[in-house]
Amino acid sequence: MGASGNWISFYTMVRKDIVRMFRIWVQTFLPSVVTSVLYFLIFGTVLGSKIGDMQGVPYMTFVVPGLVMLAIVTTSYANTSFMFFASKFFARSIDEILVSPTPPWVIIAGFIGGGIVRGMLVGVLVLLVSLFFTGLHLAVHNVVIIFCFAILTALIFALAGLVNGVYAKSIDGINIIPTFVLTPLVYLGGVFYSVHVLPPWWQTITYADPLFYLVNGFRYGFLGITDISLLMSVGILLGMVVVLIAINWYLIRKGLGVKQ
Amino acid sequence: MTQAALVIDNLKKIYASGTEALKGVSLTVPAGDFFGLLGPNGAGKTTVLGIVTGLVNKTAGTVSVFGCDIDKEPEKAKAHIGLVGQEINFNPFEKPFDIVVNQAGYYGIPRSVAIPRAKKLLVDLGLGDKMTQKAMTLSGGMKRRLMIARALVHQPRFLILDEPTAGVDVELRRGMWEYLRALTKEGLTILLTTHYLEEAEQLCRHIAIINKGQIISNGSMKDILKKLKSETISIDLTQPVTSNALDALRAYGPKKVDDTTIEIEIGAGRGLHDAIMILDQHHLAVQSVRNKSGKLEEVFVKLINE
Ligand SMILES: Nc1ncnc2c1ncn2[C@@H]1O[C@H](COP(=O)(O)OP(=O)(O)O)[C@@H](O)[C@H]1O
Ligand SMILES: [Mg+2]
Repeated sequence: MGASGNWISFYTMVRKDIVRMFRIWVQTFLPSVVTSVLYFLIFGTVLGSKIGDMQGVPYMTFVVPGLVMLAIVTTSYANTSFMFFASKFFARSIDEILVSPTPPWVIIAGFIGGGIVRGMLVGVLVLLVSLFFTGLHLAVHNVVIIFCFAILTALIFALAGLVNGVYAKSIDGINIIPTFVLTPLVYLGGVFYSVHVLPPWWQTITYADPLFYLVNGFRYGFLGITDISLLMSVGILLGMVVVLIAINWYLIRKGLGVKQ
Repeated sequence: MTQAALVIDNLKKIYASGTEALKGVSLTVPAGDFFGLLGPNGAGKTTVLGIVTGLVNKTAGTVSVFGCDIDKEPEKAKAHIGLVGQEINFNPFEKPFDIVVNQAGYYGIPRSVAIPRAKKLLVDLGLGDKMTQKAMTLSGGMKRRLMIARALVHQPRFLILDEPTAGVDVELRRGMWEYLRALTKEGLTILLTTHYLEEAEQLCRHIAIINKGQIISNGSMKDILKKLKSETISIDLTQPVTSNALDALRAYGPKKVDDTTIEIEIGAGRGLHDAIMILDQHHLAVQSVRNKSGKLEEVFVKLINE
């Protein structure tokens, strides 16, 4: 299969996933919107007035980028981990792809493609919801940066979700990691506060959290405020992307969890 | 020399559990052949097919498909093959039409080409009116035929079927045989595994028999059948058989099944005609005579017990 064959195979995988997610939109899009409404109500409206300003902006404005990011992270991760797990666990439809001449890197691209699309769409939805709570007032500092960091987030967590899907041996296997790893990363990465409010040792730990760089860069796109150098953030994040792709490539090529 | 569709050399497989499923299997399937891989449950048939199609990692040995080594050119090798697996492996919530069209996509075939092809295949396989129903509503035989349509949509040169007629009723089984026969006439190479020896006898030009991870016999159907030195014949009589008659048939190793049914072994120097003459001498008329089982089945049982 040449480049066009690979492209068609990739397109087939992503198209199939998009058709699926729109057919069951109540399960794929609605939950994140509902959750974000709750977050906006609690953190923005109820607690926000008590908290006051964060880094010089009203708390509600400060928390919007973080909540959009949170939605992208959980959605893109859940989509790839579930899709891969489901295709190997229920009815083994992953065989359809494994017997085909689709090379491992296209299989990876196909699986994360759906996760990225759904993550970005959910991000847009949450952003629209936030407009309602901020009174249609949305600060935008740099659209290109917003977009780049959103895509990077979806990419990183879709890739991470794929690793999870490969290793998962039961449905619990794709629920445990989000609870014990993803949630702490989200809460400690500065979604709800600026890391400057943390004690210094705690800030140091934060530097190992990809979400810290992502939220920070994303927030910069909206508010123009940043905790660290953006260029360094992008460098570190791209490094993480490369590592995650390498891990996935190794796992898929070897067929871990899918080939005996 | 025409190129072989499949060459397997000294293939070994040890599963993570420690099971040694294949102990050095070598096999050649000529291009254009209808080849049967036979063996009892657990012999290693599915393991062989799994390795050839990229679903199972091998422990040692080499495999090439139309000259493409599965390690060096896995994508090229896979493009030649269509697989109908032993287990149902499509998403039951999807529709047959989508399943077949998407499969073409994984082989790099654009939708504009795949859609008419998928429709034709599904119609040809008798699923024309089921195309847009959820696949889980199909009967067992229909599911199997859907898997055949899916395996053919990229027009492979080599079709591999793992017990395709298991659980399919007799009527439909014959229809499937006709369909497969017609495909080989068009030049498709077919490799199938089966439990039904009658099926192999009807369809296959060459067969290999595998047992406990080893090929124990391999050759043309004719040669394998020649290995049959004797045949068991079941004779129904119009009256109860007498012990004198059984005594007279001693050379035939007679077995009394019930009062009016006996089984005898015929072979070199012990023709069926002579046996019937002996019965006649004892005033026993023969009502019917039949092979106790398909010929191949006997070879099979023999070889496996050796
Ligand atoms: N995934 C697996 N893990 C461990 N052992 C396996 C696995 N699949 C098959 N086996 C074992 O390998 C042997 C061959 O199995 P298989 O190839 O399925 O045989 P067949 O298709 O001829 O019935 C059997 O002993 C079987 O139990
Ligand atoms: Mg089998």
